[in-house]
Amino acid sequence: MTDTRKPSELRGLVGSRTRTLLAPRVTGQVRYTDDIHLPRMLWGRIVRSPHPHARIVRIDATRALAKPGVIAVITGKDMPERFGIIPWTPDEYPLALERARFIGDAVAAVAATDERIAHEAAELVDVEYEVLPAATDLQTAIDKPEVGLGKGGKDNVSKEVDLAFGDVDAALAESDVVITGDYYYEGSAHVPIETHCAIANLDKNGLLTVWSTTQVPHYLHRELSRVLRVSPTRIRVIQPPVGGAFGGKSEPFSLEFCAAKLAMITGRPVKFLYTREEEFYAHRGRHPMQIHMKVGAKRDGKLTSVDARTFIDGGAYSSFGLVTTYYSGQLLTLPAFADTYRFRSTRLFTNKPPCGPKRGHGSVQPRFAFEVSLDKISRALGIDPIELRRKNLVPPNTTTLNGLRVTSNGIEQCLDAVEKASGWKERFGKLPKGRGLGVATSAYISGTNYAIYPNAMPQSAVQLKVDRSGVVTVFSGQSEIGQGCDLMLAVLVADELGLDLGSVRVVSGDTDLTPVDLGAYSSRGTFMNGNACLMAAREIKSKLVAAVAEKLDVDPRSVLVTRGALVVVHDPSRGVPVTEAIQLAEAKFGTLGAVGHYNTPKLGGDYRGGTIGASPAYSFTAHVAEVSVDARSGIVRVEKIWVAHDCGKALCPVIVEGQMEGSAYMGAAEALLEEHVIGPDGLHKGPNLLDYRIPTSLDVPDLHALIVESEDQEGPLGAKESGEGPLHPSIPAIANAIFDAASVRIDRLPFSPARVLAALRKKQADEQAAAVESSLGGFAPRRGAAPPNPPAAE
Amino acid sequence: MKITLTLNGLSREVDLPPLVRLLDALRGPLGLPGTKEGCGEGECGSCTVLLDGEPVNACLVSIGQCEGRAVTTVEGLSAPHLGPLARCFVDHGGAQCGICTPGMLISAEALLARRPDPSDEEIREAIAGNLCRCTGYQRIVDSIREAARERREAGGAA
Repeated sequence: MTDTRKPSELRGLVGSRTRTLLAPRVTGQVRYTDDIHLPRMLWGRIVRSPHPHARIVRIDATRALAKPGVIAVITGKDMPERFGIIPWTPDEYPLALERARFIGDAVAAVAATDERIAHEAAELVDVEYEVLPAATDLQTAIDKPEVGLGKGGKDNVSKEVDLAFGDVDAALAESDVVITGDYYYEGSAHVPIETHCAIANLDKNGLLTVWSTTQVPHYLHRELSRVLRVSPTRIRVIQPPVGGAFGGKSEPFSLEFCAAKLAMITGRPVKFLYTREEEFYAHRGRHPMQIHMKVGAKRDGKLTSVDARTFIDGGAYSSFGLVTTYYSGQLLTLPAFADTYRFRSTRLFTNKPPCGPKRGHGSVQPRFAFEVSLDKISRALGIDPIELRRKNLVPPNTTTLNGLRVTSNGIEQCLDAVEKASGWKERFGKLPKGRGLGVATSAYISGTNYAIYPNAMPQSAVQLKVDRSGVVTVFSGQSEIGQGCDLMLAVLVADELGLDLGSVRVVSGDTDLTPVDLGAYSSRGTFMNGNACLMAAREIKSKLVAAVAEKLDVDPRSVLVTRGALVVVHDPSRGVPVTEAIQLAEAKFGTLGAVGHYNTPKLGGDYRGGTIGASPAYSFTAHVAEVSVDARSGIVRVEKIWVAHDCGKALCPVIVEGQMEGSAYMGAAEALLEEHVIGPDGLHKGPNLLDYRIPTSLDVPDLHALIVESEDQEGPLGAKESGEGPLHPSIPAIANAIFDAASVRIDRLPFSPARVLAALRKKQADEQAAAVESSLGGFAPRRGAAPPNPPAAE
Repeated sequence: MKITLTLNGLSREVDLPPLVRLLDALRGPLGLPGTKEGCGEGECGSCTVLLDGEPVNACLVSIGQCEGRAVTTVEGLSAPHLGPLARCFVDHGGAQCGICTPGMLISAEALLARRPDPSDEEIREAIAGNLCRCTGYQRIVDSIREAARERREAGGAA
């Protein structure tokens, strides 16, 4: 046999553009959570605090309960148990027990016979509050510790991280250039088109079933059990297909507990569906971050040091905040690195909707500051920004300063790809005034070894059931939220066993039917669940091969799986169709099934927090953005984004490209449009889709996805993540392109017309003043130009 | 109040208060949950249906307004087989989570009915009322352009 292709290429599924499992999504046949209606179902509605910070004095439900159709009202006293996604920081009640900590905090819930009555009844629940002083912005939270939102009420601190690697001060002192900047990253919301929804039902056997739009059914299962004080053996969590999540559904929310409690009290199914307004208040979106960053470099462009001081606006609760605070620094040592690194980050509580993980959790904000700093260094040193990055790249198969183990790394190919596709060499710095190019890079985790609650059990697992008809069913606990993870598993199984995609079914997200997977976060699905799936598929394959070898009387080592059949390597005319091979194997071994699991190898730096950011593999991304800046209006338009992403191996290119483009779009939206702004009164500025602007089809750039494959040695068939990494460079690439177009730096998001216009006017005024000074004889000190020998440090 | 309408080509009668939202009538008594609610305020376009061939937000139309008129939902586009438009969305990655897709398909259908050979700009204009949070729209535009081409080659048949 002379074919030198790898088996996966021979079988022809990996890398093909098939997406057949998605037909239900384009015919209205997918049943999302809100599409479920149960007989006798009640509607729930949450009563929310109108004050940003208040003590709950008294709740009187008399008027609500008197309304016809109202069946029950519950308050915090019905579930006096704290919960939180991070086991060390449980600080939320399903319904606030003593204090409401933001406008929108849940304080009571009603169940009624229809949705309208439930909404009206919620208005009739009388809550007496004692209003308390509030901190509705970062600075107030810093200045007024007496607001007392932190643990013990002494201050407003949620989490503090202070990590240093190497002698930063010495390295900065020895640098030829040090760029110091203050960057503000505005908060933003996930805005899935499907709002949160949950339904609970208690059946006569005592089984509580909860359907939820969650992206972490396993954690929800655990927390429901703990808070409701019901054995986990009496709870089943079902996660129907989710209509978008982006990190916004990765922890339990009030509605799941309330639906469950009210179902237990009333004996009837109860449904909660958040309105769009409630969705904005439930939030858990991107944290606002105030970042003071210094980056030093030698004259040749070699980076010497990164020093960051960051304040993080956490909102009212911890959420994932402990992890967010680490992520505000941990991933900056890739893909370019400095010799020394220090970051100190403080997350503060404020009386605002809680922040949490949004696509690129905690690391998108510092990435903006760092990649803009690199652009400033390239200008100061006169080095092309792509070349500057090339001089500092972390090579494959190495360990970073902060202990991240790097294996496959395609960042060089990513830079090459965007440089070529964008015509960078011919066009950068040479476009007409008002038009510019900018570059940025990033790296992101592809799975995590941080299991949220410590345990020695697998983080990902699947079961395979093999039917003699030739159908293989994958039972997986992972969460399909639109990112295509079910299809990834189907591709892997089909490819391994020589099946058509149509012969593989995937059952996911049901705690009764599927083994535990920790959920759709940390870009873990393809890598971790995929590896679990391959382990199970390979066990089945070995049985098929053994049965076929016996039938054909050949050595099992000479049996090869091809698409549709198992054949003899040296005589491919002799073979057995896959379905027949399955039947032979079932006859030989008995009922066919297999389990597979995956845990990461031991990873991470040997210091507190060293496992956060530690991943079995890293994806890498480079963007070039092309923008136009209208000098009269300040309007920035992103014309094009070229996004090159090292996904290891594209198991299904159309999905990988879709993730890359969707990421780039979401980043561009944060750069230009989105502001999750809470006013001093604690009110959201516009909790609806008219005021909170997400892009329409007319607002987005042309997106050009360029797949780079580094074939990771530990990824399933070489694959790594593609769902979060490609977002990161969007924002700094656009910021850097604005500088190329208009010579202004906008270090504060979003790059709104007013902000850009103000920067343009300031620049114009500075230039005019400089012109006047130079006309006076040229002896006046110059302003607005980089000094020839920049100071080494402050 | 009894209301008679033509729904996905079939005559249907419902007995509902006339101010019930068409969206609720479809998803509830009429048994067609394919039409989605994303905001209830006419901003997201997830509930787009055709009313006498014109795309409308079903959250802003009352069932009483539909008396004697024709309503087409996503369920009416692909019965019983996957139509070319829906198939192109699958093949070209036009749907990720799928929650905006029913409305997106309806807007695309309305466009292709009047413009068999739309430019990319016309496609973007036609779906500007349908918010998608997953794709960045590129692949939706690709899917509709490709569907238009297939339809023209098939002689205009749906």
